[in-house]
Amino acid sequence: MAYSDKVIDHVENPRNVGTLDKNDPNVATGMVGAPACGDVMKLQIKVSDEGVIEDAKFKTYGCGSAIASSSLVTEWVKGKTLDQAAEIKNTDITAELELPPVKIHCSILAEDAIQAAIADYKSKQAK
Amino acid sequence: MKLPIYLDYAATTPVDQRVADEMMQCLTMDGNFGNPASRSHRFGWQAEELIDQARNDIADLINADPREIVFTSGATESNNLAIKGAANFYQKKGKHVITVKTEHKAVIDTCRELERQGFEVTYMDVEENGLLDLKKLEQEMRDDTILVSVMHVNNELGVIQDIATIGEMCRERKIMFHVDGAQSAGKVAIDMKQLKVDFMSFSGHKVYGPKGIGALYVRRKPRARLEAQMHGGGHERGMRSGTLATHQIVGMGSAFRVAREDFEKDHAHISALRKRLVDGIMDMEEVYFNGTVDQSVPGIVNISFNYVEGESLLMAVKDIAVSSGSACTSASLEPSYVLRALGRNDELAHSSIRFSIGRFTTEEEIDYTIKLIKDSIGRLREMSPLWEMFKDGIDLDSVEWAHH
Repeated sequence: MAYSDKVIDHVENPRNVGTLDKNDPNVATGMVGAPACGDVMKLQIKVSDEGVIEDAKFKTYGCGSAIASSSLVTEWVKGKTLDQAAEIKNTDITAELELPPVKIHCSILAEDAIQAAIADYKSKQAK
Repeated sequence: MKLPIYLDYAATTPVDQRVADEMMQCLTMDGNFGNPASRSHRFGWQAEELIDQARNDIADLINADPREIVFTSGATESNNLAIKGAANFYQKKGKHVITVKTEHKAVIDTCRELERQGFEVTYMDVEENGLLDLKKLEQEMRDDTILVSVMHVNNELGVIQDIATIGEMCRERKIMFHVDGAQSAGKVAIDMKQLKVDFMSFSGHKVYGPKGIGALYVRRKPRARLEAQMHGGGHERGMRSGTLATHQIVGMGSAFRVAREDFEKDHAHISALRKRLVDGIMDMEEVYFNGTVDQSVPGIVNISFNYVEGESLLMAVKDIAVSSGSACTSASLEPSYVLRALGRNDELAHSSIRFSIGRFTTEEEIDYTIKLIKDSIGRLREMSPLWEMFKDGIDLDSVEWAHH
């Protein structure tokens, strides 16, 4: 698989790997994918009271483009409001990482992870 | 030690220097470039002599008669010729063929073609260790079964099927028996005088010979028949037309001769390295050996590293050249059908690495590989949500995943 230098950089030096405290009311988690399909992404965000994403961490089981997509997304969502983060599209990720066509599902999964984390935050806040 | 380290000998092997030297004598004006079919001058006679020598060397490794060797372009063509050729020849007796789910694509896909031609094909399951249950095979044999095709050594797992017993079962029922021997030549002793095998496929490039050359063994006594798939000048006793590629054939012959001479040495060397590799890796947590150590060639080691995906592992260990059963490394986006046939779940199939060790592998390379694998698995598991859940005691089967 011929990957772009950007993908290889994210795989070799992944940004923001780790776990945030899920018991913190400001922390929300989005877990998407399935082991049988070969990729699972866990994206966590910490949202300030003003609705800005202060921190983001990820863990990913998956191929190089799945790791790179989730690593990139943690960089992108930091500093954004929830509404701004919700606007990130899989096509933005594909373009930035120059993903080959067979790997587009990885970028879709990363977009799903952002949406899942935001939804988790909103449901936590509603309680 | 040079990086990357080559540990993919089951995919292909480098040509042995002794083999390359002989091949290079068969190309240029000063060399043996003649057409072996030319009967009217010494260029042709000399080339023919080399072909005869190569045919003898190949026959010697498998204890066969040189007249039972038909040259082809490789094991894929040999498989095609044997399966389609025999099915077409014997179809008046019946139209049922039996093969195995873990066969190479060159066999599976050829059988699919037979199905399109109106044959019925049974694809046998294997047991958890990758081996056929011969009782189950016996139950599938019918009056209209004309051909059984079973590979000797599996290319992904290295397991050795019991072709001696299967041969007896087929002969008793007058069923033709084809064996794909691409991975077994030079690694397992093969004695065609003992084995009741009618057709057997071989490859040059898996045995330190060149690519683009193979052979099909076709038994003379009792005579095995097939219909040619390639028509033309009637070469190879009419079974495979096309000018014989002298340099390729000399290469394969020379490679098989070296394989016979160095058989014990190669086997001892590779067995010691396999033990070193397996001992070094298997003490890790959540690591699964695919296949069975007891009945397999030492050159192929297939291991699943749970909670780590295969392609990302290959990227992390780019200093070693290995293969993965992960869908992400293949064009099909499906994980290895061989591992799935063993009953391994998709996760473990996605997480597998095949290391294949060969004649030129060194202890130093194996030690480097063990360290690299351990470090990379550790790093990737730190990044894996599945590993985290496993460590937290969560049963992954109890999680409702969103399949996509």
